Amino acid sequence: MKQKTTHKKHYWKQNLRYLGILLSIWFFASYGAAIVFKDTLDGILIGGFPLGFWMAQQGAIYVFVVLIFVYIRLMNTLEKKYGVGD
Amino acid sequence: MDVQSWTYLLVGITFSIYIGIAIWSKAGSTKDFYVAGGGISPWANGLATAADWMSAASFISMAGLISFMGYDGSVYLMGWTGGYVLLALLIAPYLRKFGKYTVTDFIGERYYSNVARVVAVICALLVSFTYVAGQMRGVGVVFSRFLEVNINTGVIIGMLIVLFYAVLGGMKGITYTQVAQYCVLIFAFMVPAIFISIQMTGNPIPQVGMGSTLSDGSGTYLLDRLNGLSQELGFADYTQGSKSRIDVFAITLALMVGTAGLPHVIVRFFTVKKVSDARKSAGIALLCIAILYTTAPAVAVFARTNLIETVSEQPYESMPQWFKNWEKTGLLSYDDKNGDGHIQYNANATTNELTVDRDIMVLANPEIAQLPNWVIALVAAGGLAAALSTAAGLLLVISASISHDLIKKVFKPNISERNELWSARLAAVFAVVIAGYFGINPPGFVAAVVALAFGLAAASFFPAIILGIFYKRMNKQGAIAGMVVGLSIMLFYMLKFKFGLFDGGKTTVASLQENWWWGISPEGFGSVAMLVNFAVSLIVNYFTPPPPEDVQMMVEDIRIPQGASAAQAH
Repeated sequence: MKQKTTHKKHYWKQNLRYLGILLSIWFFASYGAAIVFKDTLDGILIGGFPLGFWMAQQGAIYVFVVLIFVYIRLMNTLEKKYGVGD
Repeated sequence: MDVQSWTYLLVGITFSIYIGIAIWSKAGSTKDFYVAGGGISPWANGLATAADWMSAASFISMAGLISFMGYDGSVYLMGWTGGYVLLALLIAPYLRKFGKYTVTDFIGERYYSNVARVVAVICALLVSFTYVAGQMRGVGVVFSRFLEVNINTGVIIGMLIVLFYAVLGGMKGITYTQVAQYCVLIFAFMVPAIFISIQMTGNPIPQVGMGSTLSDGSGTYLLDRLNGLSQELGFADYTQGSKSRIDVFAITLALMVGTAGLPHVIVRFFTVKKVSDARKSAGIALLCIAILYTTAPAVAVFARTNLIETVSEQPYESMPQWFKNWEKTGLLSYDDKNGDGHIQYNANATTNELTVDRDIMVLANPEIAQLPNWVIALVAAGGLAAALSTAAGLLLVISASISHDLIKKVFKPNISERNELWSARLAAVFAVVIAGYFGINPPGFVAAVVALAFGLAAASFFPAIILGIFYKRMNKQGAIAGMVVGLSIMLFYMLKFKFGLFDGGKTTVASLQENWWWGISPEGFGSVAMLVNFAVSLIVNYFTPPPPEDVQMMVEDIRIPQGASAAQAH
């Protein structure tokens, strides 16, 4: 029982750490690259796209999709490790 | 075959499919009705969530809006997808573990209070009604243009269809029709986009075509051409936009957080078997949404370039048939101010002769690009699928809030399962009728308010849910105060700066722009209201007693996935 409680604690702590990292990426991809630093990044051209504009209308969305699937993988592994999955 | 016959054929086939599914998946219990029995597979739920989410606004209006806003339109692209990251990481798995029927149920139980529940129900109804009226209107527009029936008849046909499968099938019927509707709408959106991308750039992938060179042999990049055309006509550079960066920031945040707080989206995650399935279906949903959302900006660029090149400085007499068709609907109009018989289209209000309603860009796009008739009809069927799927999801939230949260949990706790199911159905009928009424008699502010529904959701639900999961000590006093203050300040800002209520009416709205707080528009104010909600919640919470032991235990419990499927087996 005791061990189970500590497992749950570790699981939750590690989950919060993942959330912190992934949400920072989420923030920088959208609010950072596509809005705050948009003008700077626009100086770089990828094909016909200014990079900042591309991040805002394409790139950020791809990052979002990848982030969720990374989180799914991380959590499935974590839940197996601590035996708290369903 | 002509466009109209094709439209009747495709709309007829898709509608029969939706009705067939409804009959096949009739709801037998309240659990079936509210959460489809809790046994939906993550793939089905992902597709259904995507259809639920992508409304008439996403399908019909968004690409059009972006084509007139350029870079500024990114607020919709990022705002309406980024919210899914918040949903998948911060909300869906925990609410699935909680395992009840509605979002308001979570607020009511987590904050051990019927006051919190009723406040949440009011927020949910406010958000859902404003949103659903816009959908019914979208149905009406598609019907009136493509089937040439009266706009009101269109709304009534749409009402009857939704009524049939939402009332009969509940969440179960809605889920499987939404899966079908996703397939219809994504196919309908992609086919014309791919055709036009090949036409203009020679690249079949619109996302790539958007950044490629034009296929007219000039070697110019499409975006450079469009920037050039925009400059010539006095519009802002397409890739630059004209909103202030702080406003872009605020609107994006409000839309993201609002998305994560919309009850009709969250409730979809109650329908899967396990916590891990909730995460998985959020990922699948966003993937399905991203297909449309990364294509939409490409469609916007194609449509904008095509439109300018077709009309600018051309004689009115030589305009193609689509131009005349849309003129009849009043959504496109030409006023020959200088009497030269040519169309002057530019950014200057006194010399500009062409007014184009943003909503017609997607619908007119296949005609502008001279695609075959069946493609044009397909777009009509897709628009209807998008509007109906979202309307059904919203109606379910309204009906569940009334029958489950108000009747069962507040007014008549002893109500039998059978009667609760009946009251849920009655509430759905009632909701359809009200939605239809607003679809037929749209109060001038419907379109404006749909965007603001996100602000309302951001200002009310999001903080209460996040704090409820991640802050064990959060108590009811804090949460209620936060929701009430957040919602009030949002409503105040909206009434003041969107409707000019305190300064002499709608006509003064434009002049009030200079007084916006920190230069943030009413659409973006949801993010400020959300922060205010968080602050008020935490401060009030600090001075009031912690929640009871059993509530804290419950918070511990929803953080751990284990046991979610066990609770499933009744």
